[in-house]
Amino acid sequence: MKPIVEVQNLSKLFRLGAIGASSLRESLELLLRKKRTAPAVAPENQIPSDRAGEEPNSFWGLRDVSFTVQPGEVVGIVGRNGAGKSTLLKILSRITEPTSGRAILRGRVVSLLEVGTGFHPELSGRENIFLNGAILGMKRNEIAAKFDEIVAFAEVGPFLDTPVKRYSSGMYVRLAFAVAAHLEPEILVVDEVLAVGDAAFQKKCLGKMSDVARAGRTVLFVSHNMQALQSLCTRAVHLEQGRVAAIGTAQAIVAEYLSRISSATGEKRWPIESAPGNEFCRLTTIRVVTSAGSNGSVLPSKHDVVVDMEFHAEQLHQGLCVGFDLTNSEGVTVLRSYQTDGASENWPAVRVGGNHWRCVIPAGLLNGGVYFLCPRIGIHNVSWIVSIDGAVEFELMLDHGVSPFWNSLSGSNRPGLVAPILQWQEAVL
Amino acid sequence: MLVMAEVGTPREYEIVIEPSQGWLKVKWDELWEYRDLIILLVQRDFISRYKQTALGPVWHVLQPLIMALVYAVIFGRIAGIPTDGIPTPLFYLCGLLPWNYFSQNITTGGATFINNAHIFGKVYFPRLAVPISIVVANLIAFALQIIPFAIFFAWYKLTGDHAPTVRLTWWLLLFPLPLLHVAVLSLAVSLLMAASTAKYRDLVHLNQFIIQIWMFVTPIIYPLSKIPQQWHWLVWANPMSVPVEAFRLCLLGHGALRPAEVMISLAITILLLFAGIAVFQRVERTVVDSA
Repeated sequence: MKPIVEVQNLSKLFRLGAIGASSLRESLELLLRKKRTAPAVAPENQIPSDRAGEEPNSFWGLRDVSFTVQPGEVVGIVGRNGAGKSTLLKILSRITEPTSGRAILRGRVVSLLEVGTGFHPELSGRENIFLNGAILGMKRNEIAAKFDEIVAFAEVGPFLDTPVKRYSSGMYVRLAFAVAAHLEPEILVVDEVLAVGDAAFQKKCLGKMSDVARAGRTVLFVSHNMQALQSLCTRAVHLEQGRVAAIGTAQAIVAEYLSRISSATGEKRWPIESAPGNEFCRLTTIRVVTSAGSNGSVLPSKHDVVVDMEFHAEQLHQGLCVGFDLTNSEGVTVLRSYQTDGASENWPAVRVGGNHWRCVIPAGLLNGGVYFLCPRIGIHNVSWIVSIDGAVEFELMLDHGVSPFWNSLSGSNRPGLVAPILQWQEAVL
Repeated sequence: MLVMAEVGTPREYEIVIEPSQGWLKVKWDELWEYRDLIILLVQRDFISRYKQTALGPVWHVLQPLIMALVYAVIFGRIAGIPTDGIPTPLFYLCGLLPWNYFSQNITTGGATFINNAHIFGKVYFPRLAVPISIVVANLIAFALQIIPFAIFFAWYKLTGDHAPTVRLTWWLLLFPLPLLHVAVLSLAVSLLMAASTAKYRDLVHLNQFIIQIWMFVTPIIYPLSKIPQQWHWLVWANPMSVPVEAFRLCLLGHGALRPAEVMISLAITILLLFAGIAVFQRVERTVVDSA
């Protein structure tokens, strides 16, 4: 049997922001600068030679990716952020073109990179079903044939003629997923869309996905939910820095992936001569460890999360504030902390030369998920010295709850940004 | 039930994704496959445009009416620009019919990539469907604009003073031809503008400027007879001139077009269309990467 998806040496070269000018002025400036001298590039922006393409200031988002998928297979794609998963899906969905290589798809493709693309708030649910279906590549009569099923799945019957801007977010997501789920393409490409909606709806979506798979359709599925990947997928592809790191059974790949990311250190170091900062503070290290001492990028939530910062001060400044933002994978700032937050007698002293501070985020506060440490150092009310988004990435496994519903491995996190266990008692009147 | 049967029949598909070569490889069959999408985009445009406004479609009647009256006062009375004996409101209304359709098309069509950046980044469909749907959707506004024109026409005809200049002729039946010409020309210009603004946002402002200037170099507020003979070639080099003159010929029975001028205008239009398709395609391949 011919494979339904054949990916052959697919590569995609991205140009970095500095060169891909976004305004006419930048373009003109660039042109003038090119004439005079070669463009000056800050050392930290330079690409290591193994990642550089033919052009300067570019990098390979995908490099020589090859694999095949047989009809009816459900293939998971795993990898860290920036490993090329989204780029691969975008190329297979024909949203962007590869730089070289090719892919052959032997069937109609529907890609769900987002739920509800093209929904128009002013249009009613009914009108949006047709519009969204057509955007995803369905014909009007195909949508009409599936219409009742879509409405039933989405549970929006009474609101069919209401503009979707009046829908609750839950209804909106249900309707959008319902349209996509009933498309019946030969190849379905799904990106992390199951991360939306409430737990009951997620379960329903996963159910629908496995129906699709059982009906013999081919599915390419990207998710950070390893549980869902293992239960849905037959095979998996592990991408790392744009290349295929491994292909195999879903079980094997998930195990390999988890072991590999947990051996990566949740740490960022700079040599002193190129450390970000100025004479008052040069940040040389920021890392995350747990109180149990494990220094990896996947940490259990039942231990304290310790943020370690090392910096060098040539001169002292009264107003130096050293801290960090903790942001989650959606980019929401979960918390910000500075050494100056508490009473001044408790502040650690800044010394000329090396300083090594740590800050403890107490165990049992944070929810499971991927987090980023963003160092924020500045002179109070004057200026920023260091501000780096996502300097360190780490993942927290939710395991501090006693109940089985509190476990990342049970498939979902606790709803909420944080997941502290609070005290409950009888109110005494 | 017939519908169900159609759904069940899978078709042989083979999609090859690779870096594309060539400038003019439009998958017309694929665009045809997506014709339902074009219809639904037209419908979306229509519904979303009129749902939020109190007066709804009435705007399309009022806007040219007010414009024509303002022109009649400023250009007709104050500046004293003659209109070849045609009653001034009728002269301007007739010129504004193709012009408003044209400028609406290129204003929205020229922002195709900007307005749809999000959707283009998430789902594939032939991108040409968007500017095409805009050109079709604006036909509704065009049809509404005919109402004030028809009322003025009937009034001048019935009051009788202007009988020699306000004429119903057999040319009227041909007016879909210049309309089609405007549609194709505006699609071509939309594609060129959409491609340029996708790369450089700054050009949005330049494009607005171009639209304003373009109106004044098109014989809308003045008749061709007022242009000195040695400048006529400049007017005819503007591909919008012929359809505007053709509208006057068809709707007012006034004026004349020489075949050579029509040919030049059509040739420029087709040239622009090919250029538009080429650059639009060039941009659509990788525009998502820089967004």
